[in-house]
Amino acid sequence: MKYVIVGNSIASVGCIESIRKVDKEGSICVIGDEKYPCYARPLISYLLQSKTTVEKMVYRDKAFYESNAVTLLLGKRAKTIDRETKHLALDDGSTVAYDKLLIATGSYPFIPPMKNLESVKKCFTFMNLDDAKNLEKALAKESRVLIIGAGLIGLKCAEGIRDRVKSITVVDLASRILPSILDEAGSALVEKKLTDEGLTFILHDSVREFFNGDALLSSGAVVGYDILVLAVGVRPNISLVNEAGGEVNRAILIDEKCQTSIPDVYAAGDCCESIDYVTKERKVLAILPNAYMQGEVAGRNMAGDETFFDKAMAMNAIGFFGLHVITAGIYEGQEKLFTTETGYKRLFVQDGTLVGYILIGDTINRAGIYTSLIRNKTDLGTLDFDLISEEPLLMAFAKKERAHKLGDAQ
Amino acid sequence: MGINYLYPDFEVHRDKDKCINCRVCERQCANEVHAFDKELNRMIADDSKCVNCHRCVSLCPTHALKIVKTDHHFKENANWKGEVIQDIYRQAESGGVLLASMGTPKDYPVYWDKMLINASQVTNPSIDPLREPMETRTFLGQKSTKIKRDDQGRLITTTTPQLSLNIPIMFSAMSYGSISYNAHKSLAMAAQELGIFYNTGEGGLHEDFYQYGKNTIVQVASGRFGVHPGYLNAGAAIEIKMGQGAKPGIGGHLPGSKIGEDISKTRMIPEHADAISPAPHHDIYSIEDLRQLVFALKEATAYTKPIIVKVAAVHNISAIASGIARSGADIIAIDGFRGGTGAAPARTRDNVGIPIELALASVDSRLRQEGIRNNVSLVVGGSIRSSADVIKAIALGADAIYVATSALLALGCHLCRTCQNGKCNWGIATQKPELVKRLNPEVGSQRLVNLITAWEHEIKEMMGGMGINSIEALRGNRLMLRGIGLNETELQILGISHAGQ
Amino acid sequence: MKRVYVNEQWCLGCHLCEYYCAYANSGQESMVKALKDKTIRARIKVEEKDGISFAVNCRHCTEPLCVKSCIAGALTQKDGLIVIDQDKCVGCFSCIMACPYGALMPNEEGVMQKCELCTTNSHMLPVCVSGCPNKAIVFEER
Repeated sequence: MKYVIVGNSIASVGCIESIRKVDKEGSICVIGDEKYPCYARPLISYLLQSKTTVEKMVYRDKAFYESNAVTLLLGKRAKTIDRETKHLALDDGSTVAYDKLLIATGSYPFIPPMKNLESVKKCFTFMNLDDAKNLEKALAKESRVLIIGAGLIGLKCAEGIRDRVKSITVVDLASRILPSILDEAGSALVEKKLTDEGLTFILHDSVREFFNGDALLSSGAVVGYDILVLAVGVRPNISLVNEAGGEVNRAILIDEKCQTSIPDVYAAGDCCESIDYVTKERKVLAILPNAYMQGEVAGRNMAGDETFFDKAMAMNAIGFFGLHVITAGIYEGQEKLFTTETGYKRLFVQDGTLVGYILIGDTINRAGIYTSLIRNKTDLGTLDFDLISEEPLLMAFAKKERAHKLGDAQ
Repeated sequence: MGINYLYPDFEVHRDKDKCINCRVCERQCANEVHAFDKELNRMIADDSKCVNCHRCVSLCPTHALKIVKTDHHFKENANWKGEVIQDIYRQAESGGVLLASMGTPKDYPVYWDKMLINASQVTNPSIDPLREPMETRTFLGQKSTKIKRDDQGRLITTTTPQLSLNIPIMFSAMSYGSISYNAHKSLAMAAQELGIFYNTGEGGLHEDFYQYGKNTIVQVASGRFGVHPGYLNAGAAIEIKMGQGAKPGIGGHLPGSKIGEDISKTRMIPEHADAISPAPHHDIYSIEDLRQLVFALKEATAYTKPIIVKVAAVHNISAIASGIARSGADIIAIDGFRGGTGAAPARTRDNVGIPIELALASVDSRLRQEGIRNNVSLVVGGSIRSSADVIKAIALGADAIYVATSALLALGCHLCRTCQNGKCNWGIATQKPELVKRLNPEVGSQRLVNLITAWEHEIKEMMGGMGINSIEALRGNRLMLRGIGLNETELQILGISHAGQ
Repeated sequence: MKRVYVNEQWCLGCHLCEYYCAYANSGQESMVKALKDKTIRARIKVEEKDGISFAVNCRHCTEPLCVKSCIAGALTQKDGLIVIDQDKCVGCFSCIMACPYGALMPNEEGVMQKCELCTTNSHMLPVCVSGCPNKAIVFEER
C-alpha cells in the first residue's frame, strides 16, 4: 500500500501515527512545501517571545519519520492530482504514485486589496516559521508595528513581539477583538488587558491607503508604522482537490471518514470543511485538535480500519500576558453566568445539554470537564448541574458514572 | 461551665519546624482536637479533647506530632493517686457510673510473663519447622474416650460435630454494633483465609456475612439479639454467652445512638432503641437449665454444630466448668478478667473476676481429676498478646485460644480505651459512616492474616525447640512450663514447677 | 498497563496523596523542606463534598485528547504513559481545555504538569498509592 500525504503539519502527523497503528508495512510519503520537519506552528509567536526555540518547536522527536518509515519530500509542492492514474504531479516535474492520498494542505493568509500595499517594504504575514523568522529580522527596539487584524493570529503576534518593539497598533474592521471566539464582554476584557500591556487598538476601521511610514485609515486617522503585519484571515488551500474535480465549498468537503468526493483521496485539517458536532452545520473548524484528529481518522480509514470522526467542534485555548481564555461550542441557548475576580464563566445550555462555554481568567481550571459535557452531549439531568456549573468537578456526576470514570476508564 | 476540675491527660506536641500545615491531623480527628488557625498560619490543638488514639500521629506525613502524658500532677500520695482523685471529681460532676472500655489497665499480675517455656538440648532433639512437618491443626468438640462397636461388632467411627482449626487461634466475640461493619468484615475475611473462626458476638449476623458462615461462630446471649433459626444454622458452631471476662455478672448496653438501620435489622430490634442484654439469661438458673438451652440449640441445628458455653473467669470457675462439661456442651470458653469490652462499668472491669491463667489451670486440672476432660474442649481468652502466650495457654491445658484485643490492635486500635464514645478514629468501635470507612477490610483482613500467620510461624518455631511436632503433644504438657517469681500457691494452682526445678 | 485507580468507597479525604505527590515531584529529599510554608501544587486532586471524596489524576487514556490537542507536541504517549515535556510546553492550556478529567494543571511557572505515575521522579512507584492510608488508590492492571 502506498500512502501519500500532501502537507507536513499536524494533520499529517496524526495520519502517520494512525496509519502505523494499523499498517506497519505500507510506504508513507509526505510532501511538504516547507523545508522543516513538522513543527508546532502555533508556537511561532512564543518563538518571538523567547518562550521556545526552533529546536523545541519540533512537533515529534527526531526519530519520528525514521521510526515510522516515512519518506519526506520537503520543499516541494504538489501541483495536480491525476485521479485516474492515481498520481500526483509535483512542482519539480516529478510524479508520485499513491494508493491512498491525504490532502492536508492547510491554509494561506488572506490579503485583502489595500491601496498602495505593494509599496510597503516591511510587510509580513504571520502563518509559519519562515514568516516568524522574517519578521524577527525586521524587528528593532524602535519599530512601530502596525497589525491589521485583531484575531487570534494578529494578537498572538502582538504578544510575541511586544517586548521587542516600541509600539504596536492593531487595526480591525470589526468593532471588537477576537469576535470569532468571544462574546462582547470577553472582547472588552481581553482588549483592556492588551491595552494595559501597551497595545493600541483602532477598531471599526480599516486602512484606506498606505504611504511611506504612514497608514491612512478610513476614519481619517493616520497611523505611523515601520513594520506592517497582515493578519486579516486565512483561506483554505483547496486548489488540488478543486482542480481534480473534488467537491469544495469554502474548503474541501469531507465526510465523517474524512474522505473527499474523489475515491481514495482524503483530506484533513485547516483545508477542510467538516460538520460541526454541535450545530450540525458545515464549517471550517481550523483548530489544531481537529486537524490532528481528522488526520488520525483519515489515516485509519486509509489503512482500511473504518473509523469515524463526528465530534469536530469549535474550541480554543488562548492566553495573552497571563490572562487565559478557553472557549468551546456555540454561544446560544439558556446561559449561566458567574463573574469572578479576574474573569467570568458563561455556560450555554440547549435542550438539556451543554453546547458551549466561555471561560476567562480564574475560571479556566479543569475546563475539559465542560468540554466533555459538550462532546458527550451529556444529559444535564443526570448530574448535579448546579454544582458542576459552579466548578467543574467529577463529583457532580452520578455515583455510577464517577465509578466508571475513575475505576474503569482508560 | 463552673470549675473544671480535670486537667487534660495528654498534651499534643507539634514540632513547628516539621509541620507543613497539611491538616491531615485536623481531617482525621473525630474528636476535633486539631484546627488550622488562619491568622497564625499554623495548626493549633485543644488538648482537652485528645483521647490519645494516635490517629493523627500515625498519619502525619512529617512525624511532626506526638502525644505526651501531661506532667501536671496532684501532690504525691501513694493512696490517693491522681487517677483516684480524678474519678471522684468525675462522679461528683456526673453522678453516674464510670464507664470504661477494653481490658483493665490496672497493674495486676500477668502470669504469662511469669512462666518460661522449655527447649530441647542434647537428649531429646529439637525439630526444625522449616525442614520437617509441624502439625497445628486442632479439632474442638467432645472427644470419645471409649471404642464403641455396633451390634455387628463393627467400629463406630462417627463423632460428635467438631470445629477444625488450622491454627488453635480464633477471633473472639465482638458484636456488630460494638464494632463496625468493616471490622466485622475484616475478621470474617481473615478467618476464612486462615481456616479459623470468628465470632459474631451477641449482635446477630449481618446478611452480607452469611457467606462466611463456614468460618463463623454465632453467639446466643442473654438479649437473644438477632437469634433466629437461619442465624443458628448459618455458622459452624453456636456459642452461649453466659459471661464476659471484662464484666462478669453484668449484661451489656449498646446505646440507641448506635442502632442504625443495618444494626436494627441485624439485631431484630427497633432503630435507635437501646439494646440491653440482661445480666443473667432469664431462662438459666442452673446447670440443668443450661443443659436445656444447649440441647434446644442442638435440636435447632439437627446436632450438626458444636455448642460452646462461654463464661467469665470467676472465683469458683472450676466447679462451674465441671457443671458445663456435664451439660452437653461441646466446648467451654473461659474469658479472663483482662479481656476487652466495648463498654463496661470501670469498677466491674477493674475489680471483678480472676486472671485467665489461673482459671485455665484450675479448670483443666479439675476436669482431668473428674475424668471428664474429654467431654469438652477448652478455649481461653482474655488478653492473649503473643504467640508465647498461646504456647503457654496450650501447655496449661487449653485446646485453643481466643483473641480479640490483639486482633483489634492489628486492625489499627491504639488502645485509647474510649470505645464507649463511638468516635473511634480507626473505624473499629464506631458506627459513624465517615469513620467506619477508614477501615478498608481488604487492608484490615490482610493485617489480621499477617498477624496470625506470624504467630503460627513462631508457635511452630517454639514447638520445634521443645522437640514437639504436633500441637496435640503440647496440650496440657505443663512440664514444658516453669514459673518465675511465683509463690507456692500460684505454682500449685498453675500446676507447674519453679524455674530451676 | 498498570494505572492508578481510585475507589471513593475507601477515600477518607485526608489529602495525603496530594502532599505526597507534591513532595515526590519537588525533587527535594525531605518532605518538610519541600512543602514547608509552600502552597502545594499536586498532580492529583481530591474532590470532596458531603462526606464523599475521591482523588483524581491522569487516567492515561488510550486515546488521549490532551496529546491530540497539544499545540506544542509537548504531550506524548510512550508505551501507554502520557508524559509532558515541560521544556516544550508553552502554557497555552489547550490540554486543560481537552482533558475530560481535569487532570492537568499549571505549575508555578505556568507550564503544565501532570501525573506521570512517578516514573519521571526518583520515587519510581506512584507515591499517592503508597501514601494512601486506606488503599483507596491502587496501582494495578485492569
